[in-house]
Amino acid sequence: MATQIEPATQTDEDAFRAEVQQFLADNFPAELKGQSNALAGVDGPTNETPAQTKWREAVGARGWGTPTWPKEYGGGGLTKAQAKIIDQEFAKAGAYNPIGGMGVMMFGPTLLEYGNEAQKQEHIPPICRGEIRWCQGYSEPNAGSDLANLQTFAEDKGDHYLVNGQKTWTSGGQWADKCFAIVRTDKSDKHKGISFMLIDMDTPGVEVRPITMISGTSPFCETFFTDVKVPKENLVGEEGQGWTIGKRLLQHERTNISGGGSLARLMGQSLGDIAKKYQPTGADGELADAVLRDKIADFEIRWNSFLLTARRAMEESKAAGGVSEISSVLKKLGTKLSQERSELLIEIRGLQGLGWEGDGFSDGELEAVRAWLFGKATTIYGGSTEIQNNIIAKRVLGMLDHQ
Amino acid sequence: MAVLNEEQEMLRDMAREWTVNESPVTEFRKVRASGEPEAFNRDAYATMAQMGWAGVIIPEEHGGSDFGFLSAGLVVEELGQTLTASPLVMNTVAASAIVLGGSDEQKAKWLPRLASGEAIATLAVDEGPSHDPAKIETSVSDGKLSGTKAFVHEAHGADLFVVAAKDGLYLVEKGDGVALTTRKLTDQRSHADVTFDGAAADKLASGGDSLLDDVLDRARVLTAAEMLGMAQQVFDDTLAYLKQRVQFNQVLASFQALQHRMADLFADLAQMRSAVEAGLQAVDGGFGVARAATIAKAEANRVMHTMANEGIQLHGGIGMTDEYDVGFYLKRARVLEASFGSSSWLKDRFSKLSGY
Ligand SMILES: Cc1cc2nc3c(=O)[nH]c(=O)nc-3n(C[C@H](O)[C@H](O)[C@H](O)COP(=O)(O)OP(=O)(O)OC[C@H]3O[C@@H](n4cnc5c(N)ncnc54)[C@H](O)[C@@H]3O)c2cc1C
Repeated sequence: MATQIEPATQTDEDAFRAEVQQFLADNFPAELKGQSNALAGVDGPTNETPAQTKWREAVGARGWGTPTWPKEYGGGGLTKAQAKIIDQEFAKAGAYNPIGGMGVMMFGPTLLEYGNEAQKQEHIPPICRGEIRWCQGYSEPNAGSDLANLQTFAEDKGDHYLVNGQKTWTSGGQWADKCFAIVRTDKSDKHKGISFMLIDMDTPGVEVRPITMISGTSPFCETFFTDVKVPKENLVGEEGQGWTIGKRLLQHERTNISGGGSLARLMGQSLGDIAKKYQPTGADGELADAVLRDKIADFEIRWNSFLLTARRAMEESKAAGGVSEISSVLKKLGTKLSQERSELLIEIRGLQGLGWEGDGFSDGELEAVRAWLFGKATTIYGGSTEIQNNIIAKRVLGMLDHQ
Repeated sequence: MAVLNEEQEMLRDMAREWTVNESPVTEFRKVRASGEPEAFNRDAYATMAQMGWAGVIIPEEHGGSDFGFLSAGLVVEELGQTLTASPLVMNTVAASAIVLGGSDEQKAKWLPRLASGEAIATLAVDEGPSHDPAKIETSVSDGKLSGTKAFVHEAHGADLFVVAAKDGLYLVEKGDGVALTTRKLTDQRSHADVTFDGAAADKLASGGDSLLDDVLDRARVLTAAEMLGMAQQVFDDTLAYLKQRVQFNQVLASFQALQHRMADLFADLAQMRSAVEAGLQAVDGGFGVARAATIAKAEANRVMHTMANEGIQLHGGIGMTDEYDVGFYLKRARVLEASFGSSSWLKDRFSKLSGY
């Protein structure tokens, strides 16, 4: 019989599905059913319950929270098809993925691409086990959209750098263990003077001050660095390569902001169904307010074609190897649409959709208000919509730099 | 671009090469100048049929290639890019009605001829200026069909009409009892009001209650594919123009206000492509067709509408001239936008399909 490589067959998939189901039966604590992952978000500290710890450790030990990452660094070493099966089975069981956060979404993939062997060995496995929280030290008071204008300076002191300066809008800075930061190592060149380094948040000289946001929470901080010693082995890539590495990370961030699980989950509930609970309906069960009905359909059609676009981009990028500049298109579209959805939700609910707190509002209603307010940030962070437009025009469409 | 198989890539490349070389917009200008109401070049259509394009969705046993709607859409998209005037879209839609609803006899009689280009068919549903398949007065008694269909696409070249009557779809051949009144629309293509006065009609009896909807969904996705090609072309032409036109000592492409409008259009075009391809694929997969086709045509309408307007605006005065092509795309765009579902009609349908 001739030997040949067999493509993954239906029976392989069925066997793997059964394995995941068994794993869930053995490890998923029933009391966690329907919960979401506190660690993945950046809007609260983790005070894990014993059940949550047990679940995180079980998933982390298998690497199934980062299913497609290499096994040698603690990932699952699985195929995309298998990762999808994990997603599906977890969802069916009402189980969340306990492994998340910026380490998973953006830092890990970037380090796998640019880190040296020792760095990967040190930092990737704890991400896969959900043990370490990372934060992003990019923005500064005078370096927002013009990120390369950053001034935080890392002075070469032989075996270490001495870092001085200020970062701001550092999401989760107050809860983070470590920070991936872009800092200046050379003042003579705007872009080539930037380096990418990893800073322990408990190093003496690091200080964080939370900032309160319009949604009432304090998910981000000002972060001050005063004579902070950073060992040389914490430099990722070469000195001066920080801009390239830092931008790569932003592509992962954008892909996550736009196409990520949170948007797909939102899609679960049709705005039309919600509207029927708040608004009068006609004889055939159709919304009586024809203008609102038209607005909802208009939105949902565009939302659908956005989801199709995110899926198409994923299929096309499979061959091309990961994230690309299409992430700018997805980020721009996805954030605008999710903001529109939040606004429509308020319009549908009237004043009942603007509650701040109290018994007169359901949890869902109150969460929607906070999400509406927080959602305003999505077109600002990760590169604002205007910056995505610049990227599309210049890098994708080849239009010239404006003066 | 959807991930294509080898056959589909070949088909698309062939269509691209042919349209660019043999059927650029100058060919459409010739058709227009000829003033013929049928408004297409018979020789060009014969060539298209020879290349197999008229039979892409027709089963092999009836002379087609049975490649499916995604494949047909690839060809139609290329034709849309150069505004190639042909009855290919309508012929394909009409053929699909016979594939879905025809008897063995009807299939054997018509499909091979429609695939080879020997005969041309079109679809006649609407009886007023706005798409409304719920409002049909045309009726049949004793095999004789009577009624008037408005703005039938490609009516002048058609040998066969697939006609919607109150109780289903019928095949009616041109000839006795069939009279055309030309309706010149802004796109300068073939449109006519068709009056059937006791014309011999042969019912498409298979295909079930949803036959008309199924056929219209095929019209929607293919029309959307034509619009996709048009939108792509307007975008490409506009971008190229902005890169070479100099004002204030710099190319227009260097102005951020214009860059951001192009970025918006680029993102819109990405959405349109996703929606249209998903619509075509849904027809091939036979699952969720009504919803996918509604989304496809609604997105095509929305994006094409803006694209055509922006195309003119960003070209400045030259965009207003008959000598420049961009205006042709605007005119064709509005005709297709109003056909087989305006945006408000499609949104109403989407709401109904979604249960609100
Ligand atoms: C909730 C939230 C969380 C965040 N988390 C983090 C984090 O964890 N780590 C981190 O490093 N940063 C974080 N940020 C910061 C974020 O990346 C910056 O806010 C963002 O880059 C914009 O910078 P800026 O706020 O200085 O605005 P500015 O750059 O001052 O922009 C102001 C306005 O001008 C527009 N604009 C700027 N430049 C141009 C241009 N060239 N052309 C056209 N328009 C332009 C912008 O689009 C915007 O509308 C976060 C921000 C928010 C809101």
